[in-house]
Amino acid sequence: MTASDPIIMVEGVEKSFGSTRALAGVDLAVERGTVLGLLGRNGAGKTTLVRILATLLVPDSGRVRVAGADVVRKAQVVRSLIGFAGQSSAVDETLTGRENLQLVGRLYGLRRSQARARADETLERLSLTEAADRLVRTYSGGMRRRLDLGASLVGHPIVLLMDEPTTGLDPRTRVELWTFIEELVRQGTTVLLTTQYLEEADRLADRIAVIERGRVIAAGTPDELKQHIGGDVLEVRATSSGDVERLVGLLDGLGSGAPVADLRGQRVTLPTSERVQTLLAVARRIEECGIAVDDLGVRRPSLDDVFLNLTRQVATEPPAVGPLASSSEERLTRTHTPSQGVAR
Amino acid sequence: MSTAFTASVTGPAIPRWWDELAYHFMHLDTVVSLALIVASGVILAWLILAVSRTLCGRSDNIVTLPPVRAQGLRAFVSDTLVLTRRNLLLSRRTPQLVVAAAIMPVMFVLLFRYVFGGSIHVAGYASYVDYLIPGIIVQTALFGGSSSAVSVAEDLTKGVTDRLRSLPTHRGAILTARTLADLVRLTYTVALMILIGLLVGFRFHNDLPSILAGIGIALFFGYACSWLFALLGLVVRNVEAATLAAFVVTFPLVFAASTFTSTDTMPDWLRTFADAQPVTSVIDALRALTEGTGSAEQPMLHALAWSAGILVVAATLALRRFREV
Repeated sequence: MTASDPIIMVEGVEKSFGSTRALAGVDLAVERGTVLGLLGRNGAGKTTLVRILATLLVPDSGRVRVAGADVVRKAQVVRSLIGFAGQSSAVDETLTGRENLQLVGRLYGLRRSQARARADETLERLSLTEAADRLVRTYSGGMRRRLDLGASLVGHPIVLLMDEPTTGLDPRTRVELWTFIEELVRQGTTVLLTTQYLEEADRLADRIAVIERGRVIAAGTPDELKQHIGGDVLEVRATSSGDVERLVGLLDGLGSGAPVADLRGQRVTLPTSERVQTLLAVARRIEECGIAVDDLGVRRPSLDDVFLNLTRQVATEPPAVGPLASSSEERLTRTHTPSQGVAR
Repeated sequence: MSTAFTASVTGPAIPRWWDELAYHFMHLDTVVSLALIVASGVILAWLILAVSRTLCGRSDNIVTLPPVRAQGLRAFVSDTLVLTRRNLLLSRRTPQLVVAAAIMPVMFVLLFRYVFGGSIHVAGYASYVDYLIPGIIVQTALFGGSSSAVSVAEDLTKGVTDRLRSLPTHRGAILTARTLADLVRLTYTVALMILIGLLVGFRFHNDLPSILAGIGIALFFGYACSWLFALLGLVVRNVEAATLAAFVVTFPLVFAASTFTSTDTMPDWLRTFADAQPVTSVIDALRALTEGTGSAEQPMLHALAWSAGILVVAATLALRRFREV
């Protein structure tokens, strides 16, 4: 392989567990030194894909290669190249931090002295040196997670696979971990991580692949995906939650995609490529029907919008297209409630 | 050997001619038993080799990438030792588990020695405690083996197994280390049971090689069973279920056997099962070898055949299952 070839290649991968189809033909490519975020709901197939890449599962069909090595036929080669951090902190509670890392080093075939040096270096990198000789039982959740990540770094992997690395962490620890992952990528490590947090994908990932029902339904940079939604997002907040469903019906066909209801936030969002026209058309229709709304505005889409929109499309029909009206006004706000929208 | 034999002759209850007959039997059995132990060692070595061959494809180096770890017997041995040490370290740091594992058999010893023992008489045994302790040893070996189910399930649920399988570790080493660590643990508990047995009046009535051969057979059986229980742990995948499943499997094997009393008094259907199942063979072999009662050859062959059979079948299935868990 040459340096310009993708370091991770996934082609037409399928995997079923009994009658459940976890992966229904996945294609992916990850360039060297970049971060790919796999985004999807629970049960979408993210973990299955990561487990196949980590040589823990054998795909039913398709090809998966890491640095040119097939994960099935050259599994031992792949295992020497990857680091894997699963969903749970797979460290031994009754060993010390150092003992845990030394064990992993030894299992990479390192000599005792090499393993010890590698463990010390990793502890230093993750600022765990002070806690190195304490039993993991006494560690905090964040320290455990760091040690677990450390265990996947002991072998100096060129590809790091992380399954929901920050699930269950407090916000501060999460940000610390993000900074650390960014540092790793700067040093040349390729990272593939799964996440349910769009914020995480937005911050860390160079490219995002959205997985739904075992298929990649969209892939691209975070910005590309936001463009994909049709430019901007119109958001209406109803005064009464009973009006949300009605608003969805009213807004249907006005934007560049289908309206999405958020019942808890009493909100309806609508993708639009013609922000002004859509805004006016929606405003007019809401006024005609006499529905009370607290807020109405157009903003840049978040990954949440992209995700909700994409996963909705899979569930229903392709989106309706086309703005209807035009005017000069950009933004209408009936009350003074601050909107999260940003006017351009 | 003959001095060891005379030293172990105890009560006047046993007639002299019987001693001599037993001596000749035992003399023959020692040779046979050593041969059988060598044979089982060969089977074990063959198994280890087969495992290491099937589980590691030869690795090709890719020029631009970091070195790929060499696989083969050396990696298998090294990884097995490293992981066995880890497993033993974990149980040494949770001594309450080791103590808990010893409490049950100790209670059985006391219960059957002092509560029920007085009213149990087994033909050929002047003292019930001499009949009881070999049974307890095999019971302990089986219970010790069953702890593999729990520890395998625990590593699975904690994600440790995933981590180990994602490393360039020899895959055969992971389960082998598990069962070896359990073998060390059950050797400790068996030694403890013998000690307690000696304290409550149990005595060996045979020469040292025979005694060691008998204990070796019991440990080999426990080791074979720990592969069976490792397989069970891989199938049920959950600590609570593994505990229960191990209990459900061990209970009938231990009690519908010659563990606590002769199978002669059992109803026909139960006796048929008890005489046919491995625990009875292993206990009979151990009794014959430690107490010098009757011929040891037949039960020994049965016990070793059962153990080797269980080992080969369970290890093959467990390692196959381990490829995708």
